[in-house]
Amino acid sequence: MNHFLLAAALILSASAAMACETVTIGDLTVEHAWSKATIGAGRPGVFYVEITNTGSTDDALVGIATPAAGMPMLHETVVQDGIASMPHAMSIPVPAGQSVQLSPGGYHGMLMGLTNALKEGDSFPVTLSFEKAGEVTVNVDVLSLRAEGPDCADAGQ
Amino acid sequence: MLGVGAYRTRNRPARNELLPLPIGEMSWALTDHQGRSVRPKDWAGRPVMVFFGFTWCPDVCPTTLSDISLWLEDLGADANRLIVALISVDPERDTPVVLADYVSNFDPRIIGLTGPAEEVAQAAADFRVTYRRVDKDGGDYTMDHTAGVFLFHPDGRFVSIIDFHEDRRFAVPKIRRTLS
Ligand SMILES: [Cu+2]
Repeated sequence: MNHFLLAAALILSASAAMACETVTIGDLTVEHAWSKATIGAGRPGVFYVEITNTGSTDDALVGIATPAAGMPMLHETVVQDGIASMPHAMSIPVPAGQSVQLSPGGYHGMLMGLTNALKEGDSFPVTLSFEKAGEVTVNVDVLSLRAEGPDCADAGQ
Repeated sequence: MLGVGAYRTRNRPARNELLPLPIGEMSWALTDHQGRSVRPKDWAGRPVMVFFGFTWCPDVCPTTLSDISLWLEDLGADANRLIVALISVDPERDTPVVLADYVSNFDPRIIGLTGPAEEVAQAAADFRVTYRRVDKDGGDYTMDHTAGVFLFHPDGRFVSIIDFHEDRRFAVPKIRRTLS
């Protein structure tokens, strides 16, 4: 981790619950960006987020980039005949007037080639590329390996 | 349906090939995350909950383990006699030490099991589980695998599967039925 990222991580972990922050780009709202702690840097990390399209034009998430991983990719967990696999998702549709979730057991960002192990309480940026709206960067909270999502309803942020 | 599956003659079991064997008829030999040898007969008389996975899996496996941890918390001390095991389909990377590190993130009643590739294959065959290695760019690989959670009665009979995408609220009552 370089000095900038280290400093950014410290600042971000000082102000808790970035996952509850909302970022907008055009008609898209991006929120609840979170990840799970990893054991070491050898295993892939994961990235979850919620995107809402309030406009009247369909869009699509076509890629992610992050300094936290050398090979970030979009995946979809598919269970067919009881067997789980996670093929590469070329594009995740974000239809007009709808919300799409990258969430456990479905679409997710797969963060391969982690620069460092992801530790609970850390935070790192992920840039999302949309077919129409362009690029937007969100801060991702690293929650525990056991977490099922950020708890944004809670007060005290 | 289960009654038919349990019927067998002395020579050749006649049963639904898709159902897991009763625990007592399984023949795998694995090692737990603390390095102890575990055989099916060690589970005799105990209700059992098993699923297959691997620690390099960032989505399905931690999600299943988080769910199981919540179910166990719901069940409280009632689930103390329940054997809860994650069997690795990736023994090449999932050594007992790696599994110990991994399961320590979840309910302490969950054990990790691994072993030589042929013993993992035997366990998968006994549970009627499918898994396969999927190679990725750069020498990395992932595993496709059966994602359900298997439940067995204390007498070793297979009870049911909690599917990955099943409404998870039904899980706790299902588990409770295997405890008695
Ligand atoms: Cu994935």
